[in-house]
Parts: sequence; C-alpha cells; structure tokens
Amino acid sequence: MKTQQSRNDDGLAAVVPATAAPQVIKRRRKPLTWDKVSFFAVFLGLPLAIYLLFVIWPFVQAFGYSLTDWSGFSPNQNFIGLENYVKIFTDDIFMKAMGNNILLVIFLPIITIILSLVLASLVTVGGSSKGQIKGLRNSSFYRVVSFFPYTIPAVAIGIMWGQIYDPSGGLLNGILTGLGFDQFKDFAWLGDKNTAMIATMFVIVWGFVGFYMVLFVAGIKGIPAELFEAARIDGAGRFRTAVSITIPLIRDNIQTAYIYMGILALDAFVYMAALNSGGGPDNSTLVMAQQLFFTAFSKGQFGLASAMGVVLAIATLIFSGLVFVVNRLTGGDKDVSL
Amino acid sequence: MTTKVSTPEMKSLHFQPRTPATTKGDKVVGAVSHTALTIWTLIVILPLLWTFMSSFKTSSEIFASPFALPGEWKLDNYVKAWSEAGIGSAFLNSVIVVAVALVIVMVLGAMCAYVLARYTFPGSRAIYYLMLAGLTFPIFLAMVPLFFVLKNMGLLNTLPGLILVYVGFALPFTVFFLFSFFKSLPHEITEAAALDGAGEWRTFFQVMLPMAKPGLASVAIFNFLGLWNQFLIPVSINAAGPRVLSQELAAFAGQMGYAVDYGALFAAVSVTVIPVLIVYVIFQRQLQGSVSQGTSK
Repeated sequence: MKTQQSRNDDGLAAVVPATAAPQVIKRRRKPLTWDKVSFFAVFLGLPLAIYLLFVIWPFVQAFGYSLTDWSGFSPNQNFIGLENYVKIFTDDIFMKAMGNNILLVIFLPIITIILSLVLASLVTVGGSSKGQIKGLRNSSFYRVVSFFPYTIPAVAIGIMWGQIYDPSGGLLNGILTGLGFDQFKDFAWLGDKNTAMIATMFVIVWGFVGFYMVLFVAGIKGIPAELFEAARIDGAGRFRTAVSITIPLIRDNIQTAYIYMGILALDAFVYMAALNSGGGPDNSTLVMAQQLFFTAFSKGQFGLASAMGVVLAIATLIFSGLVFVVNRLTGGDKDVSL
Repeated sequence: MTTKVSTPEMKSLHFQPRTPATTKGDKVVGAVSHTALTIWTLIVILPLLWTFMSSFKTSSEIFASPFALPGEWKLDNYVKAWSEAGIGSAFLNSVIVVAVALVIVMVLGAMCAYVLARYTFPGSRAIYYLMLAGLTFPIFLAMVPLFFVLKNMGLLNTLPGLILVYVGFALPFTVFFLFSFFKSLPHEITEAAALDGAGEWRTFFQVMLPMAKPGLASVAIFNFLGLWNQFLIPVSINAAGPRVLSQELAAFAGQMGYAVDYGALFAAVSVTVIPVLIVYVIFQRQLQGSVSQGTSK
C-alpha cells in the first residue's frame, strides 16, 4: 500500500519503505514542474488560505480578545488577564443561560434520539413477524414527511411555532380548547416561565427527529438481514431484537447523533432568538449564545463576549469528550463515524 | 424504498405476489405502529398546512378562529410580503449568495480533499486535522473577530464578504466528506491518466472529479441546506448589508410588534418553506440516499 502510494505521489511521498525500488527514489528527485507547483498552489493553497483567514484566524483571535477589556469601537485595548472570565462566572444572568444550555444538552439529544430510534425501527422492522424482515406498508411516506422540517430554515421554524403557540389565535390553543380543555384558551406557552423551555425544546425536537430517523433507518438497513432472522428463530421478540441487535449495531450512528444534537443544544441561538428574542420570561430560555451576541453587538463589550465564546467552546469540547469517554466505557470500541 | 424491497417477490416465478400471512400479534403491532407514525406525521404536517392556510387570511380572520378557512383565497399577503417586506429581494440575495458559495466551496473543497487524500507530504495530516477541528468549534466563538477581519478588508456588509465566509465555514465538512471518497478511488486510474500524458490539473478535472460525482452530489445537497439555513453569520457580519432570506424573515417578524400583519408574516414563512419543500420532494430519493452514504463511512 505504501509503496503504491509513493509511486503515485510522484515525488512528494514522505514515506518510502526501505525496500522500495531504486526507480522510485529517482522519481522522487524529479524537479518540480510548473504543472505541479501551480497545482499545489491552487488546490491546497487557495482553500487553505480562505479557511485560515475566515475560520481559524478568528478563532485564534477570540482567545486573545478574551483577555482584554476591548469594547470593539475604541482603539485601546488593555490586557486584563482572566478578569473577563471571573466576571462571567459571577454574572447571574450568564450562569442562568449556562444552566439552560446544560438542561438542553441533557434532554434534547435524549428525547430526539429515542423518538427517532422508535420511528426508525417502526418503519424498518415493524412489519410482519413471518417471512422476510420488512417494515410497515407505506413506510417511505412517513419517512419522507418526517424529513420535511429539516429542509426548513430554523428561523422559519421558530416564527411558525411562535405563531402556533400564540395565546389568542394560535393553532395549539385552538386544538386544546376544541378538545374541551378550556383552561388553555389564552395560555401563553412561551410567556410562562414554566412552559417556555419545554415548548422551545419541543420545537427543536420537531425540527430534527426526521433527520435522525433517516440516519437511523440507513444504519438499520445496513445491518445484515440474517442477524434479525437468526434472532427471530431464537425466539426474540420485537423489543428484545431492538435492544439486543439494532441498538448495539448502530451505536456509532447514535453516538454521532448525540454529539451533533449536543453541539446544537449548546448553541441553540436561532431557535431561541426566533421564539423568544428577549430570553424568555425570567430568562427561562436564555442561552449562552444569545448573551454572547447581546454582549458583543448591542453592549459593545467585545472582550467579554469573546470570553463567553471561549467558555462556550470549552463546554462543547468537554461535552464531546464526555460522550466519547462514556461510549468507550460502556463498550463502544470504534471511533465515531461522523 | 418499499418498492425496492418487494421487487424480488414480484419477480418470483412460482408465486403470485401475495400478502404476507399475518398473525394476530402482527396486526396489533402494525396498528399501533401505524397509529404512532400517523400521529407524528400529523404533528409534522399540521403546522405546515396551518401556516399555509393562514397565509391567505387577513389579520382579523386569523384572530377570529385558528381553523376557519380564509374568506377569500387572495394573494394579497404574498404580494405584501414579497415586495413591501422585502422578502422578494432577500430571496434573490439568498439564491445568489448560496449558489455562488456552493459552487466555490464544492470546487475548492474537492480540490483540497483530493490533495489531502492522494498525496502524502510533510504536514498533510496536520492540515487534515486542522480541517476537522473546524467542524467541532462553535461558530459563535469566531463571530466577533470575524466582524473585524471583514471590516478591515472592506467586505463587511457585502454579499462577496458573506460568500467568502460561507465558503470558509462550509469547507471543513466538504473536505471531510470528500476525503474518504477520493481515498477510495483506485490508484490505477491516476497511473493510466499519467501514462496518457495528463498533467495534475487534467487528471483532476477530467478523470477524478467525474468519478466523485455521487459524493459531490450528496455534499452539495447538505451544503445547500446548511447555507440556505444560515442565520448567525448574516446577522453578525451582514447586519447593515443587503439582507438574505433568513435574516429578512427574522427582521420582519421582529417588527411585527409594531405593525401587526400576521397574514403577511405567514406568507413570508410560506415563501421560505415551500420552494425548498418542493425541491426536496422531487429529489428526496437522492437525499435519503446521501444521508445513508454520509453516515455509513
């Protein structure tokens, strides 16, 4: 494999086994041609330049700014060490936002994954228990429809659900009063601090279940049918099959879903901003990202906002690390397949 | 997909296609499953139908009853949303920005993935991991400094600035996805191309790129959805520039507190949702295929 690679690499191979034929080495010394130089400059240089300038460099700068008192508009910025971080961790509102993010990171992935796993199992193996393993009839219809929300921009989802939750003319209260629950006539789902967060979580779950359902369906379809049939012959029921065969075999997919949903839960800016731009009643739906945005672009405290960004980044890294560790400890041995 | 599964049965020489023998338990499970899936389908569809229906109502009709059909199916709200609320121009801006960014990121991403996957040179691994790191960092952290990077370049609040940033942030995913694709293409083909006298450029554009078409299509779909959806980047670095769709939509909804025109708001949401939904229904097979492809790697 390595020799083959170095042959093809035409002079750029870093690893050439000791047993390589002399002609390979000769090729390595071939002078760089214009074709090759221009190829590398454009193919690697150009994308890398854009990536470094617009992605990596801002990330690196953010760490620097987080140690200053820069307002963003004045030319003077003083190095103040970790003062911003101290300020963040003693700020009740930011801590409240962090708490909300933690709530989201715990519940959002679990609810989304369980719901989409159940739906995915139903459409793939919910059919007859005789003969070939198959899903329900018309299952592709359910799958296609469930994916709809994923194609809708998050802002539109937020606005739409904002109207559905509307106390007076909204769909939800209309349905509930229609069913006889008159106490919900003017109930403000997003305006009550007890329900605002739950209502918001539901919207996010609504947006993502279809996507993960499709992902899990793909995973389940990748499992050899013989395994299911063998389990069936051994007398395993549907639930047993799902727990003992499906879930362990699509473990990687579940881990991927968990990490993606978790990263989303740590951000969640779009949904929160669209549903309750002010952070909700009593800051019950305020998230770190909203506070960061407000601090940076409304209050003009760029240094402090950058520190919040760093806290958010570290939280994300800790979360991903935790998922990996837990997965390893509970027996997952393969790398995550993102 | 269901049709695919049942094809072998249909082709059977000995048996007519038959309904599978069902036990009583199967029927119960089937009924429960169908009920569960139908409930979820309704939860997905009802809000969409309601939004669409409300987009034809006047504000007073909306408040009168959430269910009543509009008195007249007039397009007034759409006209209002499209021209007065600026959804039309924002829609066009979005199409331009997303289309240009998509083309650039696909070309650059494919190039970068190709070089990283098929050439080994000092630092190639480091570059690959640097790209991967971009996938995990929260985009938020970069927004504040990015604001100033663009300001210094004179690209703040311009569409080209937006396009470049879109390209930058869509690159890691594109490279990551296509990397494994190019890695799996056989080496004999490159050799054959080299023997035929093709240079590096020709080999890529005439041999490798066409072979990676299925992978490119999947990535393009995901990038399209991701970029079309983008909200944070435009509101941070394009606040005063020509607005894109999601941005205009949010701004329009934000004004609603002062000038209540819910009908137009519903129309604006419908304009945002319906085109993509139609495209999705047409291409859903490819898209579902691409999800499985993207995750089975």
